Amino acid sequence: MLSNHAKLMQFFSVAKEVTGRKKLQKMIYILQKCEVPFEEKYQFHFYGPYSEELTLRVEELCNLGFIEEVKEEKSNYYQYNYAITDDGKGFLNQFRMDMPDFSEQVGLLQGRSSRFLELVSTMLYFDYLPAEQVVDKVHTVKPKQKYSEQEIQEANEFIHKLKH
Amino acid sequence: MCYKEEQLIEEKVFKDPVHRYVHVKDRVIWDLIATPEFQRLRRIKQLGTSNYTFHGAEHSRFNHSLGVYEIVRRIIYNFQERPYWNNEKRLLCLCAALLHDLGHGPFSHSFEKVFKLDHEQYTQAIILGDTHVNRILKSVEPGFDQAVADVIAKTYEDKLVVSLISSQIDADRMDYLQRDAYFTGVSYGHFDMERILRVMRPMEDQVVIKSTGMHAVEDYIMSRYQMYWQVYFHPVTRSAEVILSKILHRAKFLFETEDFTFKLEPTHFISFFKGKVDLQEYLRLDEGIVSYYFQLWQEEDDEILQDLCERFLNRRLFKYIEFNPNLQMNDWMELYRLFQKAGIDPEYYLVVDSSSDLPYDFYRPGEEEERLPIHLLMPDGSLKELSRHSDIVEAISGKKRTDHKLYFPKDMLEKLKDEHIKTRIKDILYGQGEVENAK
Repeated sequence: MLSNHAKLMQFFSVAKEVTGRKKLQKMIYILQKCEVPFEEKYQFHFYGPYSEELTLRVEELCNLGFIEEVKEEKSNYYQYNYAITDDGKGFLNQFRMDMPDFSEQVGLLQGRSSRFLELVSTMLYFDYLPAEQVVDKVHTVKPKQKYSEQEIQEANEFIHKLKH
Repeated sequence: MCYKEEQLIEEKVFKDPVHRYVHVKDRVIWDLIATPEFQRLRRIKQLGTSNYTFHGAEHSRFNHSLGVYEIVRRIIYNFQERPYWNNEKRLLCLCAALLHDLGHGPFSHSFEKVFKLDHEQYTQAIILGDTHVNRILKSVEPGFDQAVADVIAKTYEDKLVVSLISSQIDADRMDYLQRDAYFTGVSYGHFDMERILRVMRPMEDQVVIKSTGMHAVEDYIMSRYQMYWQVYFHPVTRSAEVILSKILHRAKFLFETEDFTFKLEPTHFISFFKGKVDLQEYLRLDEGIVSYYFQLWQEEDDEILQDLCERFLNRRLFKYIEFNPNLQMNDWMELYRLFQKAGIDPEYYLVVDSSSDLPYDFYRPGEEEERLPIHLLMPDGSLKELSRHSDIVEAISGKKRTDHKLYFPKDMLEKLKDEHIKTRIKDILYGQGEVENAK
C-alpha cells in the first residue's frame, strides 16, 4: 500500500527536517539520479527539474499527519519546512520499503543552498549531453542565475562525490 | 518562397465544437497534420477511461492538439507589434503547440506507470527520430526540429515561447478544460477565454495577465479546480483506471512466468513487457489494438486476467470506500490477510488509489522559485502573484484537498462461501453500514 508514499517517508525519516519546497524538489530529483528508486515524475520547469507528483504526494503526507509542514514568513515570501511526525514514524514501521542506504547523500545535499541544488539538478537533467554541452545548456536555460565557472566546477565535483 | 513561409492558396478550416473553427494557412502545419504520427492521435482518447463515467468523453488527442494550436495562433495574432514579442518565433510556437502531445500512447497514464515509460520522451523521439514529422520539421530550416523539441521539453532558451505552451495559464490547459467540459457534458470548465486572450501580455520571459483581467483568470482557476474533482478524479473513472493498470500488471506477470503461454502471442506488448520499447513499436500501439488484446485475454487460461478484462470491457467495475491510510492502517493489513484467506489475490483486488496518482493538478502559487506562478501586470508595471491579489484564488489555493480511496470487487465478496471471513471483511469495509458508492 502507498509504496511511493512510504519511500518518501523514508527520505523524511533520514533527512529529519527539510527547509523549503524548492530544496525538497531538487533533493529528491538528485537522489533519483543517484539511483535511489523514488518514482515521482519530473519535468523541466522555470527553476529546473520539478515534479507536480511530488508536490501532491507531500501534500497528501501532510494531510495524513505523517509529516508536518511549517509555513515560515521570510522577507518577501513564504518558506515551507517539513519534518516527520510520530504518526509518520508509525506508518514507516509498518510499511518500510526496501531501499538502498542514501543517508550519506542526504547529508551532503542538506548542507547546500537551494541555488546550488538548482544548478546540480539542472546539470544532472542534461547528463545525456557531452560535458561541454551541459555547461552551455545550463547557461542557455538559466541565463538569469549567472552561474560562475567556479560554481559549475564545484557542482561537477559535488555530483562526482554524490555518485561515488 | 521558402517552405518555412509557404502559405496555402486558400486557408483551410477544421470545424471545431470548442473554438468553432481551427484555421490553417501555413503549409508546414498542414503537412504536419497529414503525417501518420499525428493522425495516430485520432486513435487515442484524450480522457482515457473517463468515458466509463461520462459517455460523451470519446474525444481524441487529435482534437485537443488542433485546439491547442488554434489557441496559440490566436494568442500570437494578439501579440503582433507588442513589446517583447518576436514574430520570427511564430511558426516555432505553432508547431510546438500542434505537436506537444505527439508521444501520448493509448491509456498513457496507466501504461506509463506500469511499464515505466514517459510520453514526453516519446514526443522527443518522434520529433527528432526517423519519422515523417521530423522530415517536415527539418525541411523548415536546419535545427528547427531540435528547437520544436526543446520548446515542448521546456528547455528552449526563449522562456516566453515555452510559457505559451506550458505554464500555469497556457494554451494546453485552456483547451483541455473547455474541450473536456464540452465532451463530458458537465457545466464546469467554462470560462471566458476570449477575455483572457485579450488581457495576456508578453514579457521578457513569461506571459502575464493585465490586472484588469483578473476576474476572467479567477473563473479559469475555479474551472480548473472543479474539473479536477468532478471529472478528472471521478471515483468511477478511477475504478476503471485501477482495473486497467491491474490488467497490464497481470499480463506482464504472466509473460514473465515460465510455465504460462499465451494462447495468442501478445506481439504488440512484448517490448512493453521486456521494458525495451523502440519508437516504431510504440507508434504501432493504439487503443484499438489494446481493446483487441483485452477481448482475447478473456479467453486466456488465467482466471485473474480473464476476470479483469471482462470487468474492463463490460464496465463491471470495482466499488470503493473512502480510506484514510493513517487511521485505517490496521484495517488495511487485516483486509489484506482476509482477502488472501478467501482466495482473492489482494495484489489485484484490493487497491488504494490516491489523488497524487493523477496527471492533473490545480493552481497553487507555491513557494518562491518552486515553480512559476500566474503573474498579474499591475498599472504601475510591477508584477504581482495572482493569489496575493485575488481573494478567491487565495481561498482555493490555501485549501488542502487530497483524497484516498480503497477499491475492491464487491460482487466477489458477496459470493464468498466462508461466512466468517465474509462478515469480517464487510464489517471492516462498511463499518456502521454500507455507503452508497459501495452498494
